[in-house]
Amino acid sequence: MTHRTTDAPGAAITWHHLDADDHDHGGGATVLGFWIYLMSDALIFASLFAMFGVVSTSYAGGPVPRQIFDLPLVALNTALLLASSITFGQAMPHMEAGRIGPTRLWLAVTGVLGAAFVGVELYEFSHLIAEGAGPQRSAFLSAFFTLVGTHGAHVTVGLIWVVTMLVQIGQHGLTGEIRRRVVCLSMFWHFLDIIWIGVFNFVYLYGVIR
Amino acid sequence: MRRATGLPLLVLPLLLSGCDMVVMNPTGDVAYQQRNLILFSVGVMLLIIVPVMVLTVLFAYRYRSGNPNKIYDPSFDHSTTLELVIWSCPLLIIIALSAVTWTSTHLLDPFRPLERLAPGVPVPPDAKPLNVQVVALDWKWLFIYPDLGIATVNELALPVDVPVRFSITSTDQFNTFYAPTLAGMIYAMPTMRSELNAVLNKPGESWGYSGNYTGRGYSDMRFKLRGVEGADFDRWVADVKAAESGLELSTLVELVKPSEKVPVMHFASVQDGLFDRAVNRCIEPGKPCMIDVMRRDMQASGGHPHHAHPAPAMPPGREAQPLTGTKPKPALEKAPDEKGTSPNVTKPVELETPGQLKPGDGRNRDLQ
Amino acid sequence: MTETTLKTIFGRLGWESFPIHEPILFGTFVVVALLGLAIVGAVTWFRLWGYLWREWFTSVDHKKIGIMYIILGIIMLLRGFADALMMRVQQAIAFGANEGYLPAHHYDQIFTAHGTIMIFFVAIPLVVGLINFVMPLQIGARDVAFPFLNNLSFWLTAAGAVLTMTSLFIGEFARTGWLSYAPLAELSYSPDTGVDYYLWSLQIAGVGTTLSAINMVATIIKMRAPGMTMMKLPVFCWTALCSNVLAIAIFPALTVAFFLLMLDRYVGTNFFTNELGGAPMMYWNMVWIWGHPEVYVLVLPAFGIYSEITSTFTGKRLFGYTSMVYATVVITILSYLVWLHHFFTMGAGPAVNSFFGIATMVISIPTGAKVFNWLFTMYRGDIRFELPMMWVVAFMLTFVVGGMTGVLLAIPPADFVLHNSLFLVAHFHNTIIGGVVFGLFAAMVYWFPKAFGFKLDPFWGKVAFWGWVVGYWVAWTPIYVVGLMGTARRVHHFDDPSIQPYFVIAAIGALIILVGILGFVMSIVMGFVKREELRDTTGDPWGGRTLEWSTSSPPPAYNFAFLPVVHDLDAWYDMKARGYQRPVDEFRPIYMPRNTGTGVILAGLSLALGFGMVWYMWWLAALTFVALLAVAVGHTFNFKRDTFIPAAEVAATENARQPLAVGA
Repeated sequence: MTHRTTDAPGAAITWHHLDADDHDHGGGATVLGFWIYLMSDALIFASLFAMFGVVSTSYAGGPVPRQIFDLPLVALNTALLLASSITFGQAMPHMEAGRIGPTRLWLAVTGVLGAAFVGVELYEFSHLIAEGAGPQRSAFLSAFFTLVGTHGAHVTVGLIWVVTMLVQIGQHGLTGEIRRRVVCLSMFWHFLDIIWIGVFNFVYLYGVIR
Repeated sequence: MRRATGLPLLVLPLLLSGCDMVVMNPTGDVAYQQRNLILFSVGVMLLIIVPVMVLTVLFAYRYRSGNPNKIYDPSFDHSTTLELVIWSCPLLIIIALSAVTWTSTHLLDPFRPLERLAPGVPVPPDAKPLNVQVVALDWKWLFIYPDLGIATVNELALPVDVPVRFSITSTDQFNTFYAPTLAGMIYAMPTMRSELNAVLNKPGESWGYSGNYTGRGYSDMRFKLRGVEGADFDRWVADVKAAESGLELSTLVELVKPSEKVPVMHFASVQDGLFDRAVNRCIEPGKPCMIDVMRRDMQASGGHPHHAHPAPAMPPGREAQPLTGTKPKPALEKAPDEKGTSPNVTKPVELETPGQLKPGDGRNRDLQ
Repeated sequence: MTETTLKTIFGRLGWESFPIHEPILFGTFVVVALLGLAIVGAVTWFRLWGYLWREWFTSVDHKKIGIMYIILGIIMLLRGFADALMMRVQQAIAFGANEGYLPAHHYDQIFTAHGTIMIFFVAIPLVVGLINFVMPLQIGARDVAFPFLNNLSFWLTAAGAVLTMTSLFIGEFARTGWLSYAPLAELSYSPDTGVDYYLWSLQIAGVGTTLSAINMVATIIKMRAPGMTMMKLPVFCWTALCSNVLAIAIFPALTVAFFLLMLDRYVGTNFFTNELGGAPMMYWNMVWIWGHPEVYVLVLPAFGIYSEITSTFTGKRLFGYTSMVYATVVITILSYLVWLHHFFTMGAGPAVNSFFGIATMVISIPTGAKVFNWLFTMYRGDIRFELPMMWVVAFMLTFVVGGMTGVLLAIPPADFVLHNSLFLVAHFHNTIIGGVVFGLFAAMVYWFPKAFGFKLDPFWGKVAFWGWVVGYWVAWTPIYVVGLMGTARRVHHFDDPSIQPYFVIAAIGALIILVGILGFVMSIVMGFVKREELRDTTGDPWGGRTLEWSTSSPPPAYNFAFLPVVHDLDAWYDMKARGYQRPVDEFRPIYMPRNTGTGVILAGLSLALGFGMVWYMWWLAALTFVALLAVAVGHTFNFKRDTFIPAAEVAATENARQPLAVGA
């Protein structure tokens, strides 16, 4: 880094920044920006949780949580999603070390686990709707489907992103830009994991034991 | 510029004195206390607002560029003393107002039974408040006097100097029960019961409104508020009792349907429990009352986690059918033929003036 | 074709959805269509399509995006104000047997559209546009953190505006008030396209606003010029930072409220219905958790504008910079804790009401401190009463009254009589016109020469000023009064003839404001005509103090040939005072983001998606949704996002533009 000084009389003041890297705007900002986005997404979930909390006992004479929640299935789902976070964690050191093959492998495993999670959730939803416990039945069910469904939609977006990254790593290798995207994706994925822990506890467990 | 912008402010008091501002000149003691609160807080705030406005004009004039006799000190950008003053002046005023807010909010809580009828006139210990049940319908007000066994639409008569306890609800929309001369406004909300305790101190007529927009007939949803002296009130009650019909559930079923510009109606008698039905949204025949549904919900979800207890007389959870059925079909479930059209009804052809439709006509809500 | 096929293709759109029977709308349509044709014809005639596409629509330059935001805001201001005039005239004549010239159908749409448009498509675009244009220049940056996202944000906002405007001529707009309260906005009570238009427009625009806010925060945090610590950040940037942080914190609540209402209407869920356990009050809560902070999102940048202008035109550093910054931060935090004061009258109980009432009043402490800070910046200053400074003084005199009535409304028992009355309406117009709008006009006059290289015409600028200031007071003083007479808001016609004179005066006031608006338009037109006379060759026409005045007017695409190094608050003043000299050689190539059309395409697809959903054209909605995903994913495969401006070109630009500039 060099600094240019003016030759103003009496003082040598640096007025201009002559850093060769000054075009690299946005680089450091991407992760920060994505972090801010996650915060706003967290507030979306916070609002949905609040809505769920308000109507969580408004069954309108319809089914109550412990009649419809299949806890073993939910436990399986939770395990799938938590495992996918671990496998994503496995991918990161490989990416840092620049090993393309293992990075893609672990990302692919993550994607498969995530897809299984979405599959199980869809199975659960279709089952509930077939039994007449669909989102139109009561405010409680509306909020349940919306909260869990919004999370599921996020995971689906994450899946599209995983596939995109698998392709792009194949095309370009682990360039700085690609790494930044994988870092953001990992933040997104772990964020969804944290949200799910909230869903599992407050919606499923608390719903069944209350 | 500076003088002219201030000018309307000077005109303001003149404008204010020339009209009948019911909020500033109420006939009910609660509204009277609210009026005093407004005057007091405006007065306190003017302590800081007026100096600020004067200083703005003064500084703007004094330190204008063309003034040769001013002090120009570009380095004057900080003064700890001054900063302390400018933070503490608003702070002190807000502390004063907060104290007033805290006490007045508690004293004038609409749920709190009245303690006085007028300044210095406490409520007699043996006085029983007159109960009035208010139901906001689309688009008219129903007043039920359960103690007297009468009901009215769009007319609220109150005996002077008698505490009144309003129970307020609505059938469909969020309205506000707004009688500016009496006591300000309280929301009337479906499935909820609000309360207002108030008293009218002077005989005379004024108007009450709904303050919250509820659709087409909203502008004409107003009621006549009549303050009547004791004997006149008895006469008024007798008048109402002489009306042709009473308010039965079947009458109410017709009455809740949307209608506009509804004239005053009197009902000589009232079937019991209508207000409770309105609160619980079970006016229409066959509709279960909210309170029953909630009781079932509580039974169904209570108890030990491993033992589900479906409430009696209700099929167990998964087979339970919806208890209400008047919701329209959501958009995504509509078959092509059910989509209807959405014509531009900005100027409906056959409806030259609003309020011509029969009560209950679906077109009153512009349903297509 | 059978009815079913037609319905499958066109959904509920039919011939009767076009208002050919309605003279007011049809006339408007003809005028708009002719104007549109004229513009399209002119652009085609002068072969400007390519230029517009390359240089503006696809631009990722924050300055051009900012200008496009402001143009959008001004166009929508004309629409929103036309609504206001129609309302004023209706209320001035609709007394007794006279129902006025607008049926309730039309009137109810107008007040809904007026509020919605003025907040979402006038105030927000103008504020976001100004932040976009000014903030990167003030922090000495070449662009924002995410230039493409910036372009996309603008086009999403524009798509929302276009969808709202479509409702004028196809179907109709919501008749539910500007926040579309449940349960009135539910399918049972509002089955037509109005609420759907409302929801989809605002949802699309809201995504744009949220993305823009994220972008601005990241820019301010990450891209300040070297040496510019947070406590050397210009006040406008501080207010922009707080405003955008607040926007990020509140827009999710609005998004969720609208999303759930959409589900209620499209899927049949029971969030805000009266039936099956719905909780309509929750909609009010979520909407106001957004709604109250939103006014601070708008007014904080306006406070920043007043600070910059006061400091410039008094020739003094801002009095109490530090306390100004803390006041801004305090307002930001507190504004999140006051939403319940919008429904004191729902019976939350005295303890809750007192808490929210007092929290609301506490906001007036930092706000009051700000007013004093401006006051003492003027004290011992050398005040040049150019147009921007005139707006500041008008603001100070107007806004304090709005602040006072605001504190009054924050006292729950007082609010019981004033809530939902025209007093309340007068109060928020007092703060929004006197606080936000005056600031926006001050800012547009102040920064216009920076954006275009010439000042606005001062005569017509004064016409605009006097029209707005006098018009405001004439229009809204009587509304305060009728509020105290117990008149509710949104009423279509009245019975009591004694209040008619007040509404007539208010209508006259609205006409005076119209003079102000036309004056502003004229000041642009005449400024353009007399642009050589009003030309700013120095880059620093007002004797500015912050970095945007250190570059030429209009600034080159790269803003600064060399990134400035900041040593003091009021960096440009410091540079001027210490004999700064403009560099004349050793220019280097500058990397800049490349333009892209993806933002326009994504916004266009969102618009089609919204239109398909509004009219129940499921095939269109499904198609555009898939296309949206495909284009968004496809965009990530484009890695060639940068381009660079060679050193020779930088040198040529600098040598052509800068010789007359200050410091040359």
